[in-house]
Amino acid sequence: MSELSVNHLLGIKYLNEQDIQLIFETADQFKEVINRPIKKVPSLRDITIANLFFENSTRTKLSFELAEKRLSADVINFSASQSSVKKGETLIDTVQNILSMKVDMVVMRHPSPGAPIFLSKHINASVVNAGDGTHEHPTQALLDCYSIRERLGDVAGKKVVIVGDILHSRVALSNIFALKLLGAEVKVCGPKTLLPKHIESLGVGVESNIRKALDWCDVANMLRVQNERMITSYFPSTREYTMQYGLNLELLNSLSKDIVVMHPGPINRGVEITSDVADSNQSIILDQVENGVAVRMAVMYLLAAKINR
Amino acid sequence: MSQKELLSARELQITIQRLACQLIENHGDFKETILIGIQPRGKMLAKRLLNVLVQDYHISDIICGHLDITFYRDDFRRHEKPIEANTTEIDFVVENKKVVFIDDVLYTGRSIRAALTAIQDYGRPSQIELLILIDRRFSRHLPIQPDYCGRKVDAINEEHVVVSWKEIQGEDAVLLVNQ
Repeated sequence: MSELSVNHLLGIKYLNEQDIQLIFETADQFKEVINRPIKKVPSLRDITIANLFFENSTRTKLSFELAEKRLSADVINFSASQSSVKKGETLIDTVQNILSMKVDMVVMRHPSPGAPIFLSKHINASVVNAGDGTHEHPTQALLDCYSIRERLGDVAGKKVVIVGDILHSRVALSNIFALKLLGAEVKVCGPKTLLPKHIESLGVGVESNIRKALDWCDVANMLRVQNERMITSYFPSTREYTMQYGLNLELLNSLSKDIVVMHPGPINRGVEITSDVADSNQSIILDQVENGVAVRMAVMYLLAAKINR
Repeated sequence: MSQKELLSARELQITIQRLACQLIENHGDFKETILIGIQPRGKMLAKRLLNVLVQDYHISDIICGHLDITFYRDDFRRHEKPIEANTTEIDFVVENKKVVFIDDVLYTGRSIRAALTAIQDYGRPSQIELLILIDRRFSRHLPIQPDYCGRKVDAINEEHVVVSWKEIQGEDAVLLVNQ
């Protein structure tokens, strides 16, 4: 009987390849479920899940909530902006109070890297990391790899370039871990100031020229420039960034093969990617969103299977 | 470990022929009927029945699908059954149709209970029947009985009924295995 090797989804770093394959195979079946007239199964009808969002989110929060409801779980939502966190309550206190209301699983986004790991050591519930600062965003990486697998048949052996703000991106780090685990070749591309030092120690190539990077790859994952996390100036101007690292239709059409274009959203249209590319046939951005629900259903279903009553 | 043969390859073939004939008695040309194999093990039996109906009795256009009940089980988290799901292939509407569930062994009845819930997500059938190759009577947890039955078996809990198919295991046989 196969099951996940972990009790929490804290990051891709803690998973092995079999875990990811099990999540993908389960997600295949949930994808069929969410395309039925009645898009709901009763698997988690005795499970209560708290969505704790200490940082803003649209897509991830909606996607998790929808996935939970499609699994028939009971859902409670919490956003830090409307809560007692503003009054000085600590993370542990906030979560312990919520757990006293008999919650089985916590989905958390937090601005501090490592917050879900800390939490998992102190509470008696499954923890799913929905993004912790600049550290990891495991479900995004899973859905990105799942979307690559869906479009190209497999992730192993594919060449993927991650373009943009690698320094501030939890999506980049989780993607690198997941892609490497599944046997893909990975390069990162961006201005030197937005590439972390020693990134090559993770086994990825570094390319500063976007044209060369795109010529090499099968898939380009275009990241958003995270202005909100930048305390100093990392490049002279947005216009210059776009000229050097933006993906436009002219550049895409000049490549020798059709590459797959991805973006984890939210898109800054006209900055890292132009509208005509984002809406082109080569873009799988909306497939990523749809797959996000199926992959998150699979993650929560498989974690719930490990909850002992 | 000891084992006893319940049905030989020839007996299995005869039983499937009989079950196909019983289905024809009740469903005629199958215009209003849908056959659904319960994953994973009912799928092969459904396929064999379909072959007999098409090749031996020349009934064409029979709608046949298969249904996975993993997400509908009531023993999820009891660590008794695998949690891995199989494919569901139902690309037709079951609304107002006569549905026949097909499975190899009827034991506690819990799989069929789950299938009854699962099929509702595809519409409201006018009627649901159950076709079973091996009925382990006296083992039921729920008030579920087959409408068509290949062979009734009295087996104790330590015994398992193992159905093997030529296409998968290399030979046709039904065995009672004592572990």
